[in-house]
Amino acid sequence: MSQRKGLISAAIVAILAAACSSTSASPAASNGPASQAPASQAVASEPPASAPASETPVATIGPGEGELNLVAWAGYVEDGSNVKEYDWVHPFIAANPDCSKVTVKTADTSDDMYTLMAQGHGTYDGVSASGDASNRLIDRAEVAPIDPAVIPDFKDLTPFLQSPANNTVNGFHYGVSHGWGGNTLMYRTDKFPTPPTSWDAVFDPAKMSAYKGKVTAYNGTIYIADAALYLKTHKPELGITDPYELTQEQFDAAIALLKEQRPFVGKYWISYADEDANFESGASTIGTTWQYQTNALKGENPPIPVEAIVPTEGMTGWSDTWMLSRYAKHPNCMLKWMAWMVTPETQAQVAENFGEAPANPKACAILNTSTKPYAIPNFCDAYHVTDEAFYNAIAFWKTPVRDCGDARGNTCVPYDQWLAAYTDVKG
Amino acid sequence: MSRILLRVATGLTLGFLYLPLFVIGLYAFNNSRAQSWPIQEYSLKWFGEAAASTSVRDAFVLSVTVGLEATLLALLLGSLVSLAVHRFRFFGRGALSLALVLPIALPGIITGMALNASFHNFGVPFGTLTIIVGHATFCVVVVYNNVIARLRRSSKSIEEASMDLGADTWQTFRHVTFPVLRTAIVAAALLAFALSFDEIIVTTFTAGTQETIPIWILNHLRLPNQRPIVNVVALGLILLSVIPVYFAQRLSSDTSGAAAINR
Amino acid sequence: MTTPELARPRGNRRIFGWLHRHPRVKLGALLVVPAGWFGVIYFGSLALLFAYAFWSLDPQTGEVVKQFTLANFQRILEKPVYGTIVIRTVAVAAIVTVVDALIAFPIAYYMARVASPRRRALLFMSILLPLWASYLVKTYAWRILLAPNGPFDWGFKLFGFDGFSDIFGISDLSMTVVFIYIWLPYMILPIYAGLERIPNSYLEASADLGAKGGPTFRRVVLPLAMPALVAGSIFTFSLTLGDYIIPALVSNTQFIGNVVFASQGVAGDIPFAAAYSLVPVGIMAIYLLVARHFGAFDEL
Repeated sequence: MSQRKGLISAAIVAILAAACSSTSASPAASNGPASQAPASQAVASEPPASAPASETPVATIGPGEGELNLVAWAGYVEDGSNVKEYDWVHPFIAANPDCSKVTVKTADTSDDMYTLMAQGHGTYDGVSASGDASNRLIDRAEVAPIDPAVIPDFKDLTPFLQSPANNTVNGFHYGVSHGWGGNTLMYRTDKFPTPPTSWDAVFDPAKMSAYKGKVTAYNGTIYIADAALYLKTHKPELGITDPYELTQEQFDAAIALLKEQRPFVGKYWISYADEDANFESGASTIGTTWQYQTNALKGENPPIPVEAIVPTEGMTGWSDTWMLSRYAKHPNCMLKWMAWMVTPETQAQVAENFGEAPANPKACAILNTSTKPYAIPNFCDAYHVTDEAFYNAIAFWKTPVRDCGDARGNTCVPYDQWLAAYTDVKG
Repeated sequence: MSRILLRVATGLTLGFLYLPLFVIGLYAFNNSRAQSWPIQEYSLKWFGEAAASTSVRDAFVLSVTVGLEATLLALLLGSLVSLAVHRFRFFGRGALSLALVLPIALPGIITGMALNASFHNFGVPFGTLTIIVGHATFCVVVVYNNVIARLRRSSKSIEEASMDLGADTWQTFRHVTFPVLRTAIVAAALLAFALSFDEIIVTTFTAGTQETIPIWILNHLRLPNQRPIVNVVALGLILLSVIPVYFAQRLSSDTSGAAAINR
Repeated sequence: MTTPELARPRGNRRIFGWLHRHPRVKLGALLVVPAGWFGVIYFGSLALLFAYAFWSLDPQTGEVVKQFTLANFQRILEKPVYGTIVIRTVAVAAIVTVVDALIAFPIAYYMARVASPRRRALLFMSILLPLWASYLVKTYAWRILLAPNGPFDWGFKLFGFDGFSDIFGISDLSMTVVFIYIWLPYMILPIYAGLERIPNSYLEASADLGAKGGPTFRRVVLPLAMPALVAGSIFTFSLTLGDYIIPALVSNTQFIGNVVFASQGVAGDIPFAAAYSLVPVGIMAIYLLVARHFGAFDEL
């Protein structure tokens, strides 16, 4: 009897010890040897009040710290478990054995990512941030500037992606551009024998009445910009130039449009699988999407009949940057990861799997001859990889701020009011 | 007549309860990644993929670890409080049961946000430890309720008799009190473990990149291609859980038997 | 003859003896760890969250301004949508609770009073088992079941009824069905435990006094089962009140939890999220006080 109790107490102690050791591994590493010092000069434990004017970008990569904890869009950190041909995690670990453990926290929106990084100091080493998170992260001193020389493939990046406004501020590079894409209009070809060409298919009540309840839209506050983009073309008297910098009048018009759209929307999609399931079952037949979902639906067995187009009014989009957290416990591994993610081989895989334009055009040679499941011919032409005019025509996600950035001064509606309005729209 | 109605109602309710489980089981054998109906082809391939998946195994191990530790903590805290409440009269005793039920009675998002805010403010990194802290907190009430219900049903005179016969406090606890509580503690432990194992909301707020089984499921349900494996994992869990459910049932029948005797 | 042990207590016994003579210290020793845990970790965190409700977010810097303000509550009261969401959430929670009680009672009664012990054991296990299946997966299974061209729709279409997916599909009705389903075991088990505790002698006495099935049920069983019913309702009501996952997955509607989740996530506006989450806290506080009055706490 007492022997059994002794075993039980020993087991309890062992379990508790195991848990304690697994959580204390991280702090121990940050108190580690001086060889980590070069990378940690920009990595702090006390938050500076805002991005300092003069900073020292991280200029060297030391030895890896053993693990890497990321915040990323689902599909950006693939290890072959989704589609076995798309795996850049295991090759990363093989090439960098001192970063042998890679974990990721996926998020559905940029806002979730920002919150994770802001609330989780020390928990995450880096993030794949779209423009509506990246500038906020920079402004609030959540991410560290890096010296581009630290990324070997940086010089090969498409020129307009080397210092874009969404990750380069005051000459400091707060990360490395990774890929970009747009929010296209997807529709079921069996329900729309005449393909739509304009966003009015999801914004014009007269058109939508034929398929009321089957429209879908992105469940993100940033979707208000899509409405604004539509009004830019269809209500030019409002004078909308930038769908993210809206005066109160312009903003109210966009909200009114979304409220008009609301009764026709069967579901605001919250994740890739959510939208996919709805298109599969026919609960949704038309709406905004990312190429990832279109690829997945077409790749099913049997394939779901869908197509995605860029409507005449243009589209909103996202341009993503891998960024290093100022509080990273494993900054060297993060930097290695950032370097890895812009190599041509990895860029090709990510671009194909996710359905986005890679930042490194050297990936095109690989993409154009790829035989992987989501390969398409002439990938780089289809995605306009080096087409600066096309890139500039996309209204990329960015955080709406009070400063309109033009003659209107500080009269634009800031993001914190966007959420309240969006809550109101959904009702 | 009423017996027949009761039987029918019971049957229908059971059917209702098991309908989705049946669907899960069915789709685990669906050859296609799409979750459409009707199922065209059946296959076992997802079982192979689930078995080969390291992330499933890691998530399972983490869930079991967290469950065990949170349960142990909850047992310790819950038992201490029940003994205190049962034996003593003190200021705030009535409010204590209300206080303990709050972690379960309040929405998980509140407990989650509160803990998240605290950890953030005090610079505690999110990890396995923070998950365990969250789970233990809402499991305490389960232990407390079970143990105190048993304490109330047992008579104090046994303990007094034991002390009269020369046993000290520890010996009394070991040989008299604890055996009476044992089945209540095990029943509570099973329930607490079950609560911890399937908890998602508080866990998302207190975890870093760690994946317990529910988080693993949440992450994988996001991705269209992962849904079939999730079905397999869910089916596996249902089948596995027959074991603890069986024990939980045995214990509570002991409990109710004891209750019947004491009536 | 007295043994040496009894004559002069040593070691442990001295401590235990001292504790026995100083019951307050014994009480303190019992309570210090749990009180510390709950006091510091749980209530401390809740207090911090409570404090956030009275602070605000500076939109320019994204920092929480730690100065007292009622702006969050003003916003909740001013914009009608927040009130609409509260009413909707409470209404669904109430409906779910009532329907669950109605469904749970017959099966609980059968288990407690009619079924043979072996059947009772089997039934008990069969009700426990679905609790172990993942909440998320069960919800997704219902999505499949209720989707257009899903099993139900397909079945109804076979009989010529096309409208199933318009009624169900992605809707508030589907969401309510899922809620009713998910929390049902949490209602069945306490009612079963409560009904089981009713001694046979009460029912026999009632029969002896001339009451047949109906009046016995109304006057004896139901009042005795009421605390258990209320205990079960705490779960179904509270869990529905605070949920945000099922509304997001199975319907297109917003619950209190969705707004709270979006506020803390989208805008990092923890002050507003905290303020709005005080609404369900207030509702549950009232509910719990009423439940305690019904004696539900003994039945949890």
